[in-house]
Amino acid sequence: MKNTIRRGRVAAACLTLLSVSVLSACGSGDDDKKTEAVEKLGKTEGKVSILAWPGYVEDGSNDPEVDWVTPFEKETGCEVTSKVYGTSDEALNLAKSGEYDVIAASGDLSLRLIASDEAQEINTDLVPNYANVYDFLKDTEWNSVDGKNYGVPHGYGANLLMFNKSNFAEPPTSWSAVFDKAELERNKGKVTAYDSPIYIADAALYLMKHQPELKIENPYALDQTQLDAAVALLKEQRQYVGEYWSDYLKEVQAFETGDSVVGTTWQVIKNSIENKDVDVTLPTEGATAWNDTWMLSSQAKSPNCAYKWMDYILSPEANAQATEYFGEAPNSPEACAKTTDPNHCDTFHAGDEEYAQQLWFWRTPIEKCLDGRTDVQCTNYAQWTEAWTEIKG
Amino acid sequence: MAATSTEQPAPAPALRGPAARPGSRLLHRWVWLRLSLLLSGPLAWMLLVYVVALAALLITSLWSVDSLSSQIDHAWTLDNFRTLLENEVYRKVAFRTVAVALTVTVVDVAIALPIAFYMAKVASPRARRMLVVAVLTPLWASYLVKVFAWRVVLSEGGLADWTHLGSPGYGLTAVILTQSYIWLPYVILPIFAALERVPDSLLEAAGDLGAPTGMVLRSIVLPLLVPGIVAGAIFSFSLTMGDYITVNIVGGANQMLGNLIFINAGAANNLPLAAAIAMIPIVVMLVLLTAIRRTGALENL
Repeated sequence: MKNTIRRGRVAAACLTLLSVSVLSACGSGDDDKKTEAVEKLGKTEGKVSILAWPGYVEDGSNDPEVDWVTPFEKETGCEVTSKVYGTSDEALNLAKSGEYDVIAASGDLSLRLIASDEAQEINTDLVPNYANVYDFLKDTEWNSVDGKNYGVPHGYGANLLMFNKSNFAEPPTSWSAVFDKAELERNKGKVTAYDSPIYIADAALYLMKHQPELKIENPYALDQTQLDAAVALLKEQRQYVGEYWSDYLKEVQAFETGDSVVGTTWQVIKNSIENKDVDVTLPTEGATAWNDTWMLSSQAKSPNCAYKWMDYILSPEANAQATEYFGEAPNSPEACAKTTDPNHCDTFHAGDEEYAQQLWFWRTPIEKCLDGRTDVQCTNYAQWTEAWTEIKG
Repeated sequence: MAATSTEQPAPAPALRGPAARPGSRLLHRWVWLRLSLLLSGPLAWMLLVYVVALAALLITSLWSVDSLSSQIDHAWTLDNFRTLLENEVYRKVAFRTVAVALTVTVVDVAIALPIAFYMAKVASPRARRMLVVAVLTPLWASYLVKVFAWRVVLSEGGLADWTHLGSPGYGLTAVILTQSYIWLPYVILPIFAALERVPDSLLEAAGDLGAPTGMVLRSIVLPLLVPGIVAGAIFSFSLTMGDYITVNIVGGANQMLGNLIFINAGAANNLPLAAAIAMIPIVVMLVLLTAIRRTGALENL
């Protein structure tokens, strides 16, 4: 009996050693990553694989009318396979697999991709349509590091407030509809919020306008006290939340049936909802927003087709189609001229720099405060993730 | 005739003899060699699937992650377990998960017992076959479809709203309802199998000796049923403990351990913390299985 126990222990120790060596061997296989920009393009590989937000790579399979992938395939001979992701966190995980050549990344993801060597510097000379893009979108702090460009701008838009008119006497114009206790009370259990740590910034933005004594200058640069205040606000909101959404189809269904009546949303979600009572607004406080760039994976297997895709999606025709379908501002005046709705660019204030300054584009919170403060340490994304778990309880 | 019959078989062993014979002789003589050759395949498989995977999980939980690049830092640290112990939210979620799993198990056993009894002891052979098919049919439909169907049933203006009872809405009640529905076949079948093994003659003898129905059930059927009930309960309990999809779809704003693991592994890229959280259900199951083993219920399985 004793003997078998001892033998079991020896076996367990051997196994532990074995699994350690196997696991550490797996962790060191990053040598095939290429992070410098290419000098010139070669022959296209015949296929390209793309990782993007829903609605960015439409090939007509969701709606035969919506298709800008087929023309690209005909033009370049690069066959497109694409995968849709739900949150930036999920995208980072998928990008690390090395299966994707091009990634559409928001500001809260792009820096993390660069930091983990998953992105390749882009030679913008090889992307002719880059010249059209609004200057204020180029070389921003979420698509370039140390003067090196890692992404070409796609479009930008706000996280809007969606509500069901029949539950409100007057259409709401402020984020108070989801943060103020008295207003929340009326819609208890039917409030929804975006299920990601980055949503903490929405609360911080609200506090920035409604509790100036906290001195929040940038909702992505929160010191511990400011984060605690945002977390407290979100914990209070939690009692009125029916469900959180990260899968956009879940929100579409919840607003269709009336399980959710107020909460944060994207224009593309509003566009998918048939219920006429559901409407969206950009609240007076401004909003958090996304500013997306196309990035090239450092593990890209088809870099030439990837460059072709980036140039194509930046072209006025394709960019107009994709951004209008999603409900965001296109990246160039030429694209604005090509939208089917002539007012599209006015509605989304495309090219309006002043308006864009009302929007707080997603960024990854890091210890070095993004608003330039040097006397305090800011909270980083890991702390936000932990806080988000705590908020949901 | 006799000569040919003795000569004819001779070449056959000569063909395969020299190669095979020493081998089989060896295997015959060395029992442990025979055994280890027989068992090495399945044993290696089991070690790979269970032991190595568990060891890998434990080791991963001792690593940490860089917050910006999400690169895993291979230095050993107990930080993850400290987080689990110090942060109240993990305790709360763990408690909630165990509570939901227990409730689902109780509900399932309560529903399964009469159904299994009817199937095994009352129904005609033809009806029994039909009932087995009926119990098994839901297993052929995709899990996701069934959970989304429940989402539609429980939604505002959905089927549950049409009845005058009203809908519980999304939340823990919805999770318990959906999970109980989904795992029910896994509880009915082992209890049915255990009941089928109870000989009818035993029940008849008890009746002949004058035992009332309650007594027959209590002192004859139930003790023989315990292994079946335990098996079913382990299924529903462990499956509920590990699930996150149902909670995601009908759980409203609630989260269970599975969601925390999913968020950390699948979204936040914090694999080490996810591994540490995954240790909680494993420990709970180990404690539970040890407790059940103490009662002796596992020996009859």
